[in-house]
Amino acid sequence: MNRPKTGLLVASLVLAVVALWALAPGLFTAHDPIAGVPAEKLQAPSARHLFGTDAVGRDLFARVVHGSVHSLSGAFVAVAVGLLLGTLLGLLAGSAGGPVDDAVMRFVDVLLSVPGLLLALTVIILLGPGTVNVAIAVGTGSVAAFARLARSEVVRVRRTDYVEAAFGSGGRYPVVLWRHVLPNSLGPVIALTALQFGMAILAISTLGFLGYGAEPPTPEWGLLIAEGRNYLATSWWLTTLPGAVVVAVVLAAGRISHSIGRSTA
Amino acid sequence: MSLLDIRDLAVSYGGRPAVRGISFRVEPKEVVALVGESGSGKSTTAHAVMGLLPPGGTVDGGRILLGDADLTSWSSRRMESVRGTRIGLVPQDPANSLNPVKTIGAQIGEVFRLHGRGDRRTIRRRVVELLARVGLSDPETRARQYPHELSGGMRQRVLIAIAIALEPQLIIADEPTSALDVTVQRRILDLIDDLRAEFGTAVLLVTHDLGVAAARSDRLVVMKDGLVEEEGPTSAVIADPRAGYTARLLDDAPALSARDFRTAEPGGRGPAVVVRDLVKEFRTGRRPFRAVDGVSFEVAAGTTHALVGESGSGKTTTARTVARFAEPTSGTVEIPGAGPGRLFRRHVQLVYQNPYGSLDPRQSIAEIVEEPLRNFRLGDRAARRTRVTELLERVALPRDVAGRRPRELSGGQRQRVAIARALAAGPEVLVLDEAVSALDVTVQAQILDLLERLQRDLGLTYLFISHDLAVVRQISHTISVMSEGRIVESGTTRQVFTDPCHPYTRELLAAIPEPVR
Repeated sequence: MNRPKTGLLVASLVLAVVALWALAPGLFTAHDPIAGVPAEKLQAPSARHLFGTDAVGRDLFARVVHGSVHSLSGAFVAVAVGLLLGTLLGLLAGSAGGPVDDAVMRFVDVLLSVPGLLLALTVIILLGPGTVNVAIAVGTGSVAAFARLARSEVVRVRRTDYVEAAFGSGGRYPVVLWRHVLPNSLGPVIALTALQFGMAILAISTLGFLGYGAEPPTPEWGLLIAEGRNYLATSWWLTTLPGAVVVAVVLAAGRISHSIGRSTA
Repeated sequence: MSLLDIRDLAVSYGGRPAVRGISFRVEPKEVVALVGESGSGKSTTAHAVMGLLPPGGTVDGGRILLGDADLTSWSSRRMESVRGTRIGLVPQDPANSLNPVKTIGAQIGEVFRLHGRGDRRTIRRRVVELLARVGLSDPETRARQYPHELSGGMRQRVLIAIAIALEPQLIIADEPTSALDVTVQRRILDLIDDLRAEFGTAVLLVTHDLGVAAARSDRLVVMKDGLVEEEGPTSAVIADPRAGYTARLLDDAPALSARDFRTAEPGGRGPAVVVRDLVKEFRTGRRPFRAVDGVSFEVAAGTTHALVGESGSGKTTTARTVARFAEPTSGTVEIPGAGPGRLFRRHVQLVYQNPYGSLDPRQSIAEIVEEPLRNFRLGDRAARRTRVTELLERVALPRDVAGRRPRELSGGQRQRVAIARALAAGPEVLVLDEAVSALDVTVQAQILDLLERLQRDLGLTYLFISHDLAVVRQISHTISVMSEGRIVESGTTRQVFTDPCHPYTRELLAAIPEPVR
């Protein structure tokens, strides 16, 4: 039963390291992420340059480390937008029921019917490109998932005896929602938050890759991969290594989400 | 040679012992009742015999002999050849024990197919025969129906049909009737008796209900905390229990205790609840369904009025309407002294059947009990804390439960918490919806005592909803018997029990398991 969960341990370690990159990049690399050394351009990974260098001689590892802050903060904003708006909509729909429920959930269905990337692009075109706008756009895409989950949980909790008993104890509607329904509905929502965090990093990188996110020379992960694309034939590391970092973070978030989901179920 | 011989059986779950070395035998054609409260290890014993322990459960020692075969060493694959053919199982919960997406016929037929008995046509014929044998009308139609189309009692008959399909020598019935109404319970137990007489099958009847065990078994094995407390011929154990625990169980079993009827002291405080021509309809499909159909009764202040009936009789709907959790379609509920709107809740409180579901799992016991005080802004923080301590004391809970969560408490303790919460705002009327039905008999007796004491001390009025006439006999002053949304008989408890007028009341009374009296 108490078998050490190696996967979970590795996942937590990956996220911890990436978080440290974002908080204190100086601890991990001495190289400058923006200014390159032209003499050292397009070098393969070595002890001096862990991830190699790019076309203008910038250390790729330094760029990945310094870039983590953009991806992580973007993902945080995106998840926060999705979590807050989605949970609010779900709580509203699940607790009010009737026509309000129908209206909110049909709106959510519309959101779900539009492919996530297309929806994000639409929002960016409305708001204009930029790191924060990209994050908001990605967050909008996850509102629907959060709303659906939160609603189903609220509907479940709303029917329990203890919620009725709370009304029976003279509780007013908002008090009961806040004190009993919301805390007991949040377990699976928290698990989804971790999963969406990984998905948001992927989506932000995708938008960065397509050129809608941060402006060059910002070392944003998606942008790094896009820039490396031109050298795919000769310098594999420029796309592969940042890509591997993104994959590792997304998988780690998924693994952690899985274990949260298990423990709250 | 005994049919089933259990010697020093010990079973544990992840190191925690559940059964600690028990021995007993089941002879051919004998009914042995394994009796105990929840956590006594009786179900674990039954599962160990079937080789169906849940994950984490291991047999630590002892032997299970079926005839001359030692099942303890058998692999689960080898056990498959025994299950169904030599031991049949009648599970506890007819609602969850059938596959909802397969027809009844297919599920009974599966037993024959798994053990390779007969071709398709023979199987179909045998299935219909079996359904007829367990007393289901129109067996051909039943075989084509799905579980949801059958009532609880009918499903239990189907499960019995599956258990007896291959005519095993031993049937293990794990609480076969706990989820059923009393009249249905009686018919199911009669059926098991008949089948035993016909096929000469031995039965291991696992039950928490000493009344059922006493009425239906040849021998009793009383279990507590994984040990056998007492074993012997049923009549001898009932007449002269040697173990103190058995004596207490007998004492607490409401069906077996012969207390005096409660009679209302002529206090003359007038009625506390007046219900007039109450009708409640639910809209399902085209025709509205009338759950409560013209119900009228009065409850005198300071007394207990019981609404008795089987599931679907409308008693819970009536109770919820009285507690204003449902609006009546027509008719009135008058509760003199109750305020309007939210203030109504200070006067009338509802206690739920399931103490596991009625307490918020994320709150501490103190928070739960304090909730009505906070909602009605009664006293400041310090005053509320004193009041919570006082309430916990009143329901006889130790002081240190205040900081704990509901899941750390037993069922009886949780029900005490629910009662403390109900009392917090100082109500005068308590609606108790099957409030002791989910509890073990000894705990049930304690809660009933507590309710009686609270009524005396605080002058409370109870509306007591129950399907269990034996419990009702003990707590109530007056009774209304409900059937199909109507009150068919009402009067004082003594009248209803000693001189029932309506045939339905007589049937209910006859269904109370009555052993050697």
